[in-house]
Amino acid sequence: MRMLPVLLAALLTTSCAFAANEADYKAAYAAAEVANSEAGKLRNQWTTTAAMLGAAKKAADAGDFDKAVAAAQEAEALAKASIYQATSEKTLWKEMEIR
Amino acid sequence: MMKLRTATRFGLSALALAALAFAWPAGAADKVDPVAEAKAFKKFFYDKFPKLKPEDFVNGPYSMDEGLHKQWVEKEQFPPYEFAVEAGKEMFTKPFKNGKTYEDCFPNKGIGIRQNYPYFDEKEGKVITLELALNRCREANGEAPYSYVKDEMASLTAYMAFTSRGKPFDIKIPDDPRALEAYEKGKEYFYTRRGQLNFACATCHVQSPGERIRTEVLAPALGIMNAMPIYRSEWSGMGTTSRRYMTCNSQTRGVPLNPQDDEYRNVEYYLSYVANGLPISGPGARP
Repeated sequence: MRMLPVLLAALLTTSCAFAANEADYKAAYAAAEVANSEAGKLRNQWTTTAAMLGAAKKAADAGDFDKAVAAAQEAEALAKASIYQATSEKTLWKEMEIR
Repeated sequence: MMKLRTATRFGLSALALAALAFAWPAGAADKVDPVAEAKAFKKFFYDKFPKLKPEDFVNGPYSMDEGLHKQWVEKEQFPPYEFAVEAGKEMFTKPFKNGKTYEDCFPNKGIGIRQNYPYFDEKEGKVITLELALNRCREANGEAPYSYVKDEMASLTAYMAFTSRGKPFDIKIPDDPRALEAYEKGKEYFYTRRGQLNFACATCHVQSPGERIRTEVLAPALGIMNAMPIYRSEWSGMGTTSRRYMTCNSQTRGVPLNPQDDEYRNVEYYLSYVANGLPISGPGARP
């Protein structure tokens, strides 16, 4: 009996992780787009971010929301990495300069 | 007691700031001296490739070793850019619908002037490249602008470069803080890493000239603009400066900017300036 709440919690977590729906996809896609737009303002978007956003949309159109969410989350991670790159390079570029 | 601690901390911070201010005069470390920078830029490449003469650098990868140099000599007997030069000449002299030609838009009727581009336009406060000037000429005469990445633009610039061969780059930075800023921004772009592969222009063209990236031999940054536009075997055709920049961005998995965006204009200004004194060799041919 003591294990019941633990089992229930595990079951709930597992079912959430494997059953993404359209709303999950839309939220993940929107977050990725916000980050990519920020990278655009910094003039540093990556082609791989756009490719992942495309893959997310394609999967969602086919009704595969698990795949769509995973792709959108990867797009967001890529966009955030490009933001980090653009921000850190504002000073780091000087290290490569010929003097 | 708390007040005393706070006051002590404040005093120490103020002292530290004052010490910094005296030790590091404002702006001294960041003062831009393009003449000294161009000299250091050239010295870096001359030291790295002591067997090369300064004018060899304008031949890009073909200057990097004897085998490649032989290929270049043979290629120059039947150069692949020849058709572009001929087409460019015809286009250059053919009147627009209003009867004027490109000759009317440029000093010396556009002949032998490649070495002066890009220049900084003090009225506009921006860098003007040859490609941009050509399209502005078209628009001023009621013609639609050409694509910056296609054959027509490459042919026009190929012809203009051909009439300027041997003339040393003579890029000026006028006494205008905006011009110095454009130069500085061009330099920053050149050394800034971008794209998922985390490459700057300098990663290939400063750190690795002469090395191979897959089958390509990387060109040195010094003299890289002197050969533009170029026929690339990889493209099976001619390519403009705009096309080259955009391709470089894509190759590092970065989304290219639009042709003739400020960043591209500025980096062309920077790279051309540091090659001052080296001869125009365009149009060039590359593997």
